[in-house]
Amino acid sequence: MHAVRLSLTVAGHSFRRYATYRVATLAGVFTNTVFGFILAYTFVALWHERPQLGGYTPEQALTFVWIGQALLATVALMGGGVEEELHGRVRSGDVGIDLHRPADLQVWWLSADLGRAAFHLLGRGIVPLAVGALGFPLALPALPLPWLLFLVSVALGVVVGFAIRYLVALSAFWLLDGVGVRALSGLLGVFFSGMLLPLTLFPGVFGEVVRWLPWAAMLQVPADVLLGVHRGGDTLAALAFQAGWALALLALGRAVQRLAVRKVVVQGG
Amino acid sequence: MPDFIELDRLEKVFTVRRRAGRLRRERREVRAVDGISCTVARGEMVGYIGPNGAGKSTTVKMLTGILTPSGGRLRVAGIDPATDRTRLARRMGVVFGQRTTLWWDLPLRDSYALMRRLYRIEPARYRVNLERCVDLLDLGALLDVPVRQLSLGQRMRGDIAAALLHDPEVLYLDEPTIGLDVVSKAKVRGFLRDVNAERGTTVLLTTHDLTDVEQLCDRVVVIDRGRLVYDGGLAGLRAAGGGERTLVVDLAREAPPVEVPGARFVRSEGPRQWLALPAGASAAPVVAALAARYPLADLSVREPDIEEVIARVYASGGVPAPTAAPR
Repeated sequence: MHAVRLSLTVAGHSFRRYATYRVATLAGVFTNTVFGFILAYTFVALWHERPQLGGYTPEQALTFVWIGQALLATVALMGGGVEEELHGRVRSGDVGIDLHRPADLQVWWLSADLGRAAFHLLGRGIVPLAVGALGFPLALPALPLPWLLFLVSVALGVVVGFAIRYLVALSAFWLLDGVGVRALSGLLGVFFSGMLLPLTLFPGVFGEVVRWLPWAAMLQVPADVLLGVHRGGDTLAALAFQAGWALALLALGRAVQRLAVRKVVVQGG
Repeated sequence: MPDFIELDRLEKVFTVRRRAGRLRRERREVRAVDGISCTVARGEMVGYIGPNGAGKSTTVKMLTGILTPSGGRLRVAGIDPATDRTRLARRMGVVFGQRTTLWWDLPLRDSYALMRRLYRIEPARYRVNLERCVDLLDLGALLDVPVRQLSLGQRMRGDIAAALLHDPEVLYLDEPTIGLDVVSKAKVRGFLRDVNAERGTTVLLTTHDLTDVEQLCDRVVVIDRGRLVYDGGLAGLRAAGGGERTLVVDLAREAPPVEVPGARFVRSEGPRQWLALPAGASAAPVVAALAARYPLADLSVREPDIEEVIARVYASGGVPAPTAAPR
């Protein structure tokens, strides 16, 4: 109970903290919207040539673009949040302060990242999606249930994204300069999440593989849940796929964290 | 009652790898803390000083459980910090002058609300403690200001309050007055004195500002190159450092250098002369001898400057002072 309340407080603080960056939020919304238009026109041309590409109608493809823009900051596809911050704190030694707290490092940062994601969903998600809906014919559901399932899927996607970024951040305990790892992680996130092209477009074995990688849980799955491409129990299977990756990566993060803390504790910071 | 903090031949050895030639790496052992033994009783206020790289921070990190000792034994409130870090964390407060535990972009008040949850402070106790800190550290006008907008002195006071809201039994302060102006320093020192007196909080103060130590601590532990070189009172440190007291003598008129047993002439300037006498010696016989032989107008005694004393202790590599014996 105490732990839950602490997590909520940390998440709330993080939410409010991101809410103070007003100019950054506006700039982010603007960027997402502009990129949404660029991608949307590209997709219009693509689907004009090849209707039903990747199993999507042109409307669904356009919706995919705008969901992607709305979730880009929320699931932090290109990094940021805990990745940037914890990474910096490890390098500067400020992580020592975090270790002095009677709280688990991973739970603390997960809570903070959930607060950040909640803010980004509201602050940077709604406007681009609304603009997209005004400018293009989108295939958005009219009933509340798909939206609810979508929110669950986004939450799971955020946790998977967090787990990946947490691992990237922890690499700072071993690497003197983690800029390369972070750049690589951002690149993988953008490509393998379906941000550039929906993963259903990739053919053969490659397509099969990328659809099973954890990054698919960050955008491809939430988008498909909202688009309603899954039938019946398939939606639950998709959510289970996300939850599975979330648990596996969080567990890996815990193991790495234990090694990292031991490294600090034994060898000094 | 057992001592609150016990260090028994505490050691911390780091292995440093260094490039030696193209491929060869050299491993070198650095003994950051090299067998320190001392104890601190509950409610004591101890100054922990030493030059840069002496091993102060390493010791504090071991006391808080961030570092595991390589050798020796360490107990804080009967707990082994390295194995029980989280349990101990609830009972201690830590302030690093160069770092902050506060949330940078949020008002000070929010950070405190978080402390309340983190340390599970009861609402009533939280209210009382916060009020007290706000009052004594003059934080009232700052509670709703985002931390990033605070000056260094304001932030430092905010950090000290954050470390004390949960009534820690022990407070570790690492350079708490670094970069602060005179007024802020005085405020911080006064507050720490109060906390120690009223709550019986054990305080371990690491600092380079010896005025902090002089004004707050009855006891100093001096370390150098990982070894304990002095443990005892400030007065003893002065004597142990071989410091000299200065006797400033104002004669009725200009005169050649005075000669009295037990004192040594240093310099003169007009009718004023400076004499030196050993720190441990009494000034009374010297003054009596002076008064008998010379026309005195005025006279004053100056204690050796603590910084000079400590510089001398560092330089000599420690003093086998009688007070350094185990207490």
